[in-house]
Amino acid sequence: MSDSDSSSIPDITLQGQGLTKVYHTGSVDVHALRGVDLELREGELVVLLGPSGSGKSTLLNILGGLDSPSSGEVTFRDMRISADDESTLTRYRRDHVGFVFQFYNLIPSLTARENVSLVTEIAKRAMDPAEALALVGLAERLDHFPAQLSGGEQQRVAIARAIAKRPDILLCDEPTGALDSQTGILVLEAIERVNQEMGTTTAVITHNSVIGEMADRVLHFADGHVADYQENSLRKGAHELSW
Amino acid sequence: MSALNLKLIRNLWKLKGQVLAIAVVIASGVAVLVMSLSALQALQQTATAYYERQRFADVFATVKRAPHRLVNQISALPGVRSVEDRIKQMATLSIEGFEEPVIGQLVSIPEQGEPLLNNLVLRSGRLVSLGHPDEVVLNEPFAEAHDLQPGDQFKALMNGNQRSLTVVGIALSPEFIYSMGPGALMPDDKRFGVMWMGREALAAAYDLEGAFNEVSLGLLHDSSPEQIIVKLDRLLESYGSHGAIARKNQISNWFLMNEIEQLKTMSTILPTIFLAVAAFLGNMVMSRLIATDRSEIGLMKAFGYSNWQVAWHYTKMVMAMCGVGIVLGWLLGAWLGRVNTEIYADLFRFPLLIFRPDPGVFAIGAAVSLIAALAGSLGAVRHAATLPPAEAMSPPAPPMYRSSRFSQSRFGLWLDQPTRIILRQIMRSPWRSLLTSIGIALSVSVMVMALQWIDAIEEIIEVQFHQTQRQDMTVGLVESQSDQTLREIRRLPGVLAAEPMRSKSADLKAGHLSHRGGIEGITDNPKLQRIYDAQGEVVSVPPEGLILSTRLAEKLDVQIGDSVWVEVLEGKQPKALIPVVRLFETYMGMPAYLHIQAFNRLMGESASLEAINLLVDKNQLSQLYRSLKSLPRVSAVTLKDAAVEEFNETMAEMLMVYISFFAAFACALGFGVVYNSTRIALSERGRELATLRVLGFHSGEISYILLGEAALLILVGLPLGCLMGHGLGWLMTNAMNTELFRIPLVIKAATDATAVLVTLGATALSAAVVRRRLDHLDLIAVLKTRE
Repeated sequence: MSDSDSSSIPDITLQGQGLTKVYHTGSVDVHALRGVDLELREGELVVLLGPSGSGKSTLLNILGGLDSPSSGEVTFRDMRISADDESTLTRYRRDHVGFVFQFYNLIPSLTARENVSLVTEIAKRAMDPAEALALVGLAERLDHFPAQLSGGEQQRVAIARAIAKRPDILLCDEPTGALDSQTGILVLEAIERVNQEMGTTTAVITHNSVIGEMADRVLHFADGHVADYQENSLRKGAHELSW
Repeated sequence: MSALNLKLIRNLWKLKGQVLAIAVVIASGVAVLVMSLSALQALQQTATAYYERQRFADVFATVKRAPHRLVNQISALPGVRSVEDRIKQMATLSIEGFEEPVIGQLVSIPEQGEPLLNNLVLRSGRLVSLGHPDEVVLNEPFAEAHDLQPGDQFKALMNGNQRSLTVVGIALSPEFIYSMGPGALMPDDKRFGVMWMGREALAAAYDLEGAFNEVSLGLLHDSSPEQIIVKLDRLLESYGSHGAIARKNQISNWFLMNEIEQLKTMSTILPTIFLAVAAFLGNMVMSRLIATDRSEIGLMKAFGYSNWQVAWHYTKMVMAMCGVGIVLGWLLGAWLGRVNTEIYADLFRFPLLIFRPDPGVFAIGAAVSLIAALAGSLGAVRHAATLPPAEAMSPPAPPMYRSSRFSQSRFGLWLDQPTRIILRQIMRSPWRSLLTSIGIALSVSVMVMALQWIDAIEEIIEVQFHQTQRQDMTVGLVESQSDQTLREIRRLPGVLAAEPMRSKSADLKAGHLSHRGGIEGITDNPKLQRIYDAQGEVVSVPPEGLILSTRLAEKLDVQIGDSVWVEVLEGKQPKALIPVVRLFETYMGMPAYLHIQAFNRLMGESASLEAINLLVDKNQLSQLYRSLKSLPRVSAVTLKDAAVEEFNETMAEMLMVYISFFAAFACALGFGVVYNSTRIALSERGRELATLRVLGFHSGEISYILLGEAALLILVGLPLGCLMGHGLGWLMTNAMNTELFRIPLVIKAATDATAVLVTLGATALSAAVVRRRLDHLDLIAVLKTRE
């Protein structure tokens, strides 16, 4: 939609305004988000950094259409998606959002290729599953079942699955959380490649501050709001990171 | 309360849906067992008590006429406790407002004091009194059928004289629990009734003063009826005896015992099936439920609980779940047992009812269910308890799947991923999938077996009443009559065709085997009462030789070509060795036929007959009835339509209770199986399904994966169930094979279809319940937790 736009500032893909989230558990109210404003611009890679319990996952869930905010609005391009309409949320997830989780969440009864096909079958402008897997470096492991793949490989299948439908936004929740650093970097390289080659707007949640160095922008989360904000004039390559 | 017990209680509460589904299945098994056995015991005890209280005789003998003084000689026989001689006669009755002729069985009772044997239970009014020869006491079913009360009057043709009789009392007798007219297969209280008259009055009416024509014997407890019958037969030989019979062959008791025998079969086979199914389900569900609790087991062990404590914890859980089912089953079973007994007691018109369920029955039901469920959980608990805690707490490695040749085939490649998930899931645990299908199949099969009865009854009616009996009515005659009577009847208004029949009671003997029953004479090529083989053909009647029903041939162990001694018990009591020339299969009774002319030669009589089959013009029925009522030689009129209706009614009453119980239980089974297996699948694979929702699948699409698997297993289970149902039907009909009835194994396509549809309904309902849970899947919670 912004193809004709010649301005140097990219369009806003996803925007959250005044987002709050209160969980009522028993007699206690937990304020997971206390008024968050943020925007994700076309093609940028944003890292949301913060300790566990700071509300970053809640924000990601709301941005991804898995949850609704208690107040505030989420706008995807021109579409308001904070509505409590289940089928709108499902359509939004189906057509525009790719998810990557800490625990991969692959379907154990499907091979790598079939796990990706699961998504391409229901997407509108999907790429070939083999192509998506090649993009994350798994061209040789197409017909392996999850049980036959290492943790890093499984996570890269999850990334291939997330990007195969050419989503507008890729949301990654602690994608390296269950991996050792060497494997983690392989996974980050795959994310980086998707972001750069396909231009997919990407948000990565992590508590690992090193990962922030590969982002365009880093949002520091604490106590349910954005406590600090930092723009990297120079993005590091994922292969340059170490922890 | 310990923390572990609290956890147990809360877990059970959390799982209440599943606990209930398992409990319902277990309760079904226990309830059927308790119901059947308690009803059976109650009926046996009630019958025994009724017989004892009313002093029901042990031996009965009919003679033509014997002097009263013979009673002393009979009493002197060793083993005889008491003797009651009576007069029994048939009369044709005219009851106001009822056009058809009614046959009355007149039985004498003393005008003063109680009879020594076969005492009546007076329901209303009083017994007959001396000096009032027209007083009668009616059998309750007959009185109710015609709404007759003490004080009412009706007409009777007794020994050629028209009499007006007055009802003074209504009573029941253990001798006529089943009261059936001559030649009838089922009681018909409208057209046949028992009534008691004063001894003197009956003797006067039938010229039997100082004589009797029937005698009943009460025996001492340790004496054998068979030995006494031999002596009694010798004593009565010269008085025209038809041969004495023991209580077990007395017609009413024989029917009652047959009925109880059938109940016994039902109460052993059916609960066994149900308990087996319940056990099987309990087993399946428990093992899967415990398998899902793996990480908690690891945690408990990490805290230092021993394997034994962990195992005991889950044993308690199984016992609690099972306990709910058992108590539910006890209550339901005791209640249904009572209802069931009442229905039967009502059918048999027992004046008393003893319902004291044996605690042993309850214990058996509980023990079987509990052991089965514990056995099922044993494997799962042991597996969980022996896992090292660290391994148990970490998420299980992704299950191994293998690519099959099928998924590489053209069809396999054409499948979409959700379908592939379903198929791989089934292929990965084929045993478990098969068990689920078998569970569904059991539910269908129980239903098929229950519904099969309706088909069987229809088949019996078709063979018995439409193929064999083509007459509209059968007229029974008083003793043997000459051809003259046949000619007279042919001339009656409305008679289109008439065919003679002969019938005598006889012993049939082959080697050491014998059967006391009857032998019938039939014309060659009869148009009305035919010999119809259940295999579907009419059997021709050759001029010589016996035609036996297969069941009788089996009992005597004879085949075509063998000879059978026929010893007629009436008339001159001739004996002859007659070859068997034909066999045929029939569902009712064990008849033996002879060509009517051969029958006459055997009896040494000229053309005679005992019954006439008629085809009549339905428009002239009233005139025909009037004429028949005035014929003194007519002793019985049996209408086929009425017999069919009566048969249907009696059968329906007895069977509907059972069929509806089993239909309900089958539904409970189907529901329980599907609910539990989908519910467990949901808890095992909630994460997978939530992932799909996150990836953008609609809840309808993920329902397809979960319920599609269930649907596929149901699809396999349905035909399997029909197959098993046919097997169960075969088992049941074989077990129900008695001398009185053979239940044919007939299962119509519609029966299979009904069973399938009902099971589908029950399973669809449980699927719908689980489907609702899918709509409320908590995506975030599922994704955050690690398996």
